[in-house]
Amino acid sequence: MPEYSFDTLSIHAGAKPDPATGARTTPIYQTTSFVFDDVDHAASLFNLQQFGNIYTRITNPTTAVLEERVAALEGGAAGLATASGHGAQLLIFHTLLQPGDHFVACKKLYGGSITQFSQSFQKFDWHVDWAETPDAEGIKAAITPKTKAVFIESLANPGGVIMDIEAIAKVAHDAGVPLIVDNTLASPYLCQPIKHGADIVVHSATKFLGGHGNSMGGIIVDAGTFDWSASDKYPSLSQPNEAYHGMKLHETFGNIAFAITCRVIGLRDLGPAISPFNSFMLITGIETLPLRMQRHSENALKVAEFLESHKEVSWVSYAGLKNSAYYDAHQKYCPKGAGAVFTFGVKGGYEAGVKLVNGIELFSHLANVGDTRSLIIHPASTTHRQLNEAQQEAAGAGPDVIRLSVGLEDASDLIADLDKALKA
Amino acid sequence: MSETSYTSDYLAGILKSAKTIAMVGASPKSIRPSYIVMKYLQKKGYRVIPVNPGVAGQEILGEKVYASLSDIPEKVDMVDIFRSSEAAGPIVDEAIAIGATSVWMQIGVINPEAAAKAEAAGLKTVMDRCPKIECSRLSGEAGWMGINSNLVSTRRQHLL
Repeated sequence: MPEYSFDTLSIHAGAKPDPATGARTTPIYQTTSFVFDDVDHAASLFNLQQFGNIYTRITNPTTAVLEERVAALEGGAAGLATASGHGAQLLIFHTLLQPGDHFVACKKLYGGSITQFSQSFQKFDWHVDWAETPDAEGIKAAITPKTKAVFIESLANPGGVIMDIEAIAKVAHDAGVPLIVDNTLASPYLCQPIKHGADIVVHSATKFLGGHGNSMGGIIVDAGTFDWSASDKYPSLSQPNEAYHGMKLHETFGNIAFAITCRVIGLRDLGPAISPFNSFMLITGIETLPLRMQRHSENALKVAEFLESHKEVSWVSYAGLKNSAYYDAHQKYCPKGAGAVFTFGVKGGYEAGVKLVNGIELFSHLANVGDTRSLIIHPASTTHRQLNEAQQEAAGAGPDVIRLSVGLEDASDLIADLDKALKA
Repeated sequence: MSETSYTSDYLAGILKSAKTIAMVGASPKSIRPSYIVMKYLQKKGYRVIPVNPGVAGQEILGEKVYASLSDIPEKVDMVDIFRSSEAAGPIVDEAIAIGATSVWMQIGVINPEAAAKAEAAGLKTVMDRCPKIECSRLSGEAGWMGINSNLVSTRRQHLL
């Protein structure tokens, strides 16, 4: 087979015509369960001796197309879809951590992830150690012997920051732990973290992969690069598993062991399965991912350049702008575009931020990114409201910050709308 | 072709031409990868003959276990090696001696010298791969678990 390009894989990867019917579009296998050929077949499936469908909580043929599609686009060995990006993160850490374990993350994160890591994960006795600075040095300083993983976002929320994935991967690997990269805001079209050393990639597929703001979903991609048996840090992978009669999952499944473990332990027992219908919607969205990401990035650059020159705007943080501190990282990690999501500061602080979101017309005021529609939010009064002001500042979501997710409308309409609302 | 990089056509060719597979290092324990692979290959219609001196004379999955490849009284097409990379050397010599047409070394089993020797003798060789994973990948089953098959097709798939 030829080495197909990204755009071709966006349409075809994982989606051969349906073997049962010849249907060209992937059918929606809206079923909970699948019949066994006989008792021995059932036993083989339950004992992981044979791949096959048992129950849609664990695998589903429609969802499998989504999983293989994203694994191919990220250049990974295997994928796993979940009900949401948060569900995906839960399964990743459930596979990597034991009670009492720690991981290191940067504060430049989606507010929901900050809360999940620092609040809800505490109940599992899983602990996040925050890096003081969003770079390799900051992460290195936060790593201790208890650290089991490093977590970053490629294009970091709420926008404008691009992480030095290669340097951070080296720091993680020197410590004998994997690097997990949330690639939601970039999508694999703009950035492929595995090429730069990431071991696990995670997505909220709800955002740019689906792209239309209509379906929730999450994806884990296993790069197939990490040696889970090199230390005793990852017993879920390297040690005999009681639920499977003492099977060692890394030994048995090799370079797809992480994805398989997330599925046959995490997804099976914790349950955040995606609906086959949502998988279908996300597959359909991904077919146009390259076209959308090009237009998102072009529009975002035009809007960012306009805001940079606006007298009511104090600063713009968009890596596509030549004066951005992350312009070089943009050229290295996502040269095809700096994405759709970025932040800017309004003169007048919190009150001016509230006034802008209340006055805008074409941008939708809501807590999401990666829609065809342009979106606006004032993080301090919404997504990052649960954080205190110091945490908000650290997350890049201070009181004057406005976050945009620039959609696929005509850029001049978006610019006119922002201009009117800023001047009001 | 780099040392352990194989085209799908090459791997499918080996799997399609083999009928009888001798599995060196086959285990009678149902949680061991070799047992799982043997059971899978039997399901796919292959005759799998286990080789393991520790349990020679016993049966695994209905097949008599032999102590060595040269003890097997019938023709073997493919030799599947579930042993260490070092142990693969003499096993490959034996595979050449019994007239096998291919040698397959499992994930983690990499012995370039042995592979070169087998290829010089006309055998097709594979290292660091699993026939179960490749068989299920090539027939589209692996996709059920979200595995990246690296295959694109606009034709209705036919199971291998």
